[in-house]
Amino acid sequence: MARTISFLLNGEAVEVRVEDHWSLLHLLREELGLTGTKEGCGSGECGACTVLVDGKAINSCLYLAVEADGREVLTIEGLAAPDGTLHPIQQAFIDHGAIQCGYCTPGMILAAKALLDENPDPTEEEIRHGLSGNLCRCTGYLQIFEAVRAASASVRKEGIRVLSGERGR
Amino acid sequence: MRRFAYLIPKSLDEAVSLVEAHGEKARYVAGGTDVLVKIREGKMAPDYLVSLRHIPGLGGIHRDPHTGELRIGALTTHRMLECSVEIRRHFPILHDAVSNIGSVQIRNVATIGGNLVNAVPSADGAVPLIALDARVRLYGTKGEREVELLHFFLGPGQTVLERGEILTEILVPPLPPRTGGAYIKWARREAMELPILGVGVLLTVEEGGRRCTRARVALGVAAPTPMRALEAERFLEGKVLDAEVLEEAGRIAAEESRVRDSVRGAAWYRREMVRVLVRRMGQKCLARIGEA
Repeated sequence: MARTISFLLNGEAVEVRVEDHWSLLHLLREELGLTGTKEGCGSGECGACTVLVDGKAINSCLYLAVEADGREVLTIEGLAAPDGTLHPIQQAFIDHGAIQCGYCTPGMILAAKALLDENPDPTEEEIRHGLSGNLCRCTGYLQIFEAVRAASASVRKEGIRVLSGERGR
Repeated sequence: MRRFAYLIPKSLDEAVSLVEAHGEKARYVAGGTDVLVKIREGKMAPDYLVSLRHIPGLGGIHRDPHTGELRIGALTTHRMLECSVEIRRHFPILHDAVSNIGSVQIRNVATIGGNLVNAVPSADGAVPLIALDARVRLYGTKGEREVELLHFFLGPGQTVLERGEILTEILVPPLPPRTGGAYIKWARREAMELPILGVGVLLTVEEGGRRCTRARVALGVAAPTPMRALEAERFLEGKVLDAEVLEEAGRIAAEESRVRDSVRGAAWYRREMVRVLVRRMGQKCLARIGEA
């Protein structure tokens, strides 16, 4: 069966025709051409396909596209500012060498974003717990944890600046 | 993925009648983190998936502030339970279990009802709920009924659910004062893992002392279904709880367990760990009551 769904994708309203059995991952990659989201295991074990739905990290390989109807989906393509300025988490991954082959990176960064949105100052333990659904097979996790710790500091600083009115957003 | 039609009923009656109409070709789905994997792997091939996600009133955590009774909607995600202040404060044994199921990504989607309905011997959600004397509410063509969770499971993958019946709610009776509970998932690593063993202990002690007035010892992966170690419970009740008593309770529970060899662990190892973990969880219960 096919049906039309509408949802917010990286801040923009989209309306697409989807088949019932499509995963959100299939919709993103194969139909909408957003190949930043990766398919790893296809069974919810590796986290490479992590995207945010209504701010929550989910495995898009196990999430039906039809269930995105009326929701807000954020993929790695929607993280940087329109002018290309990287999100602090993205920048921190570069600064701390937390990327090697890059395959797990979009999922890692989105899982980290969900974590920091909920808990801007996580402990080491909370970072590990929050990222335990994302496998990396080359960089090593330490640089990734370090990057998230650094990002949490800059995200918080950013937050304070916004609150104290230094930025007119 | 294999083709199927995804049906989105808006009421329990509509859901039941859809499954009735399509018979064996239809399956209920909640979060989908198990069903979709099974479809991908070819272990399940439904033509219709009947979603329970959009039926109002099936989600949510409600603790009656007067009686202390807890009601959990079957569609409540593990993550909602993990993040609930009420659960953490009043039912830490449940918090212990739900915060280590799968990953954040899985917990954001997977539901507690789905975890129970799957009836795998390793279901982490079932063990603490059995220790808490939970009942489940079922809804089907013949109306509604309530079953003790302990008796909900018949075997691996088998429950008392009849064709078309839906698990709608989990009911946890209020806990007596001076009750502490703890659960441990014993596994090779901390996340994305099935337990070698699951051990949940819930102890109530008398006012001003450490005499046990009520004990529950629940075990997962220790038998084809989650089980209670009734002999160990009987042994604990009436005793003044100390290290030796807890050690003996562990020994009795290990004897009672019906562990077996599997890829994740050998029977002798599981039996040994029942002994160790019942003692440890007993101590954690006392610590949580404030009597350690």
